[in-house]
Amino acid sequence: MPQTAAILLKDLRFGWRKNLPEVLHIADLEVPRGERIFIGGASGSGKSTLLALLAGVNLPTQGEVKVLGETINRLSGARRDHFRSDHIGFVFQLFNLIPYLSVLENVTLPCRFSHLRRQKAIEAGGDLQTEAMRLLTHLDMAHKSLIHRPVTELSVGQQQRVATARALIGAPEIIIADEPTSALDSDMRQAFLRLLFQECDDTGSTLLFVSHDRQLASLFERHIALDEINQADQEGQ
Amino acid sequence: MAILSLALKSLFNRRYTAGLILISIALSVSLLLAVERLRVESRNSFAHTISGTDLVVGARSGSINLLLYSIFRIGDATNNISWKSYKKFAEHDLVKWTIPISLGDSHKGYRVMGTNQDYFRYYKYGNKNSLAFNQGQPFEQVYQAVLGQEVARELGYQIGEKIIIAHGAGKTSFTLHDDKPFEVVGILEPTGTPVDRTVHVPLEGIEAIHKDWIGGRQVAGLKISAEEALEKNLTPKAITAFLVGLKSKIATFRVQREINDYRKEPLLAILPGVALQQLWDMMGVAENALLVVTILVVFVGLIGMLTVMLAGLNERRREMAILRSVGARPGHILLLVTGESLLLSLIGIALGLLLLYSGLLLGQPVIESRYGLHLPIGFPSMREWIILGLVGTSSLIIGLIPGYRAYRYSLSDGMSMRI
Repeated sequence: MPQTAAILLKDLRFGWRKNLPEVLHIADLEVPRGERIFIGGASGSGKSTLLALLAGVNLPTQGEVKVLGETINRLSGARRDHFRSDHIGFVFQLFNLIPYLSVLENVTLPCRFSHLRRQKAIEAGGDLQTEAMRLLTHLDMAHKSLIHRPVTELSVGQQQRVATARALIGAPEIIIADEPTSALDSDMRQAFLRLLFQECDDTGSTLLFVSHDRQLASLFERHIALDEINQADQEGQ
Repeated sequence: MAILSLALKSLFNRRYTAGLILISIALSVSLLLAVERLRVESRNSFAHTISGTDLVVGARSGSINLLLYSIFRIGDATNNISWKSYKKFAEHDLVKWTIPISLGDSHKGYRVMGTNQDYFRYYKYGNKNSLAFNQGQPFEQVYQAVLGQEVARELGYQIGEKIIIAHGAGKTSFTLHDDKPFEVVGILEPTGTPVDRTVHVPLEGIEAIHKDWIGGRQVAGLKISAEEALEKNLTPKAITAFLVGLKSKIATFRVQREINDYRKEPLLAILPGVALQQLWDMMGVAENALLVVTILVVFVGLIGMLTVMLAGLNERRREMAILRSVGARPGHILLLVTGESLLLSLIGIALGLLLLYSGLLLGQPVIESRYGLHLPIGFPSMREWIILGLVGTSSLIIGLIPGYRAYRYSLSDGMSMRI
């Protein structure tokens, strides 16, 4: 059975409202499984919109979004939410953590909502805590002094690593990272990316890395400039 | 369950604000329950001001008027009952006992009631409690008196004290029956009823002090000393009212009709339970007003919770977005935020109950001894459970407001970080 692509966009169009101009129009984009892809673009180029479409939070006005072979824009809202929690891990730019949960609780959070990822995590580590600790160890975050600290007292770099462990737990097929390094200084950025790549390789996850920082693009197998593939008329913006 | 544990942790994270809301909810809930319990118990104790008595009989007037002067010692009788009429019904075949009551005099603002020893034998209040003596015993001679508990406490009277009865019911009467003092021979246990505020003397005593009185004033020149009075016939010519106990309750209406239809004198017989209920209903307005106020207090507490939850919501949009990204559905967000309100109010209700019971434990002896009102420390009654259920339900409904807003936010924001 041929492996379906991780992500396949066909004639994707999106506008916020019917009478407003389209903000996104991508004729064709395919991301094979296991690939690390960099999506660059200035702010306003439609990065967030694209991510919302991939996550199934927004629906395209036209075209289709296939994730892991599933046309998610045809699923019901609840099914999309399910699909997202089962198959996609997210890392955001800043403040990724729930302030009232501990480090470990933050890492295992997706397992509260996704049965599949919970099972996978337990299969991988024996139990949730062990698997979370394993991921944190890989990300150099397993010191006792760190994991017992309130997450609000962690540095930005530490918070991003906890968020990465959370995105990775239960080995989702796709990791979407939205500017995860923009708050880090350049040394940290390199180190963080190395860890992220390594973990994605270990789990075989596809990494979709969105950033305006083109310096990072060279580190990826493939990079796309969103402004170039987005055919929507931007004049209306 | 996963969501509720999140809600709990989120609340704990905001424990100072949450604690303040809890205090306001707990206080208002315990206030509501305390008012409800006081209301029920005072109604109960009121309804049990007199028990075991089947009929109260007086001169014809209104039933509430009769109840007020004969049982509550409030106001005055419009007319008296002749001794003959009283005797006729006292000796009626269906009547088991009667207690004659003669009112009109007072002692330092407390009503003096003439009666006989059957009063101590048959009078019942509360849950069919008989009168009990704290000290001493019933009167046996003409110039002896038995005091209600409050009279003895307020005036500091002991057994053996001589008291002077004043003519009329006023607090400061200038016409005293000072030639015929009464000796205190007994003090009753508290009852929480008007008995506590009554000075009891024999009917013959009332008759004796009025022997030299005609038409409400002492006749000049006619002086009958206490000893001389004892020589005379002290059977009263009239009494104010009498209480009736029947051999069988089934006969109540029959005897009542017979008394009401009595041709020789216009009499009125009432069922004390019914009249008490009517009287209470008249006072029910104030009672309901109190209940409404406390319900509003609870409502204010819940509105406070709503305010805090809504105010915090905007700051939590990021948190919602993170939860959405890890797989929470909008319904989860609704559940989380509504669950927080619900948890707050449930914990608040539990704390309120705790507060109520500790208050009851502390206050019960004081209230019982001072007001004669017994507040039971039992499990909440059905009505109280319903009240608590209503508080819980309203808090759920109120909690749905921020819950729904968070739900709308999470639908429109999705995973985008708006802050």
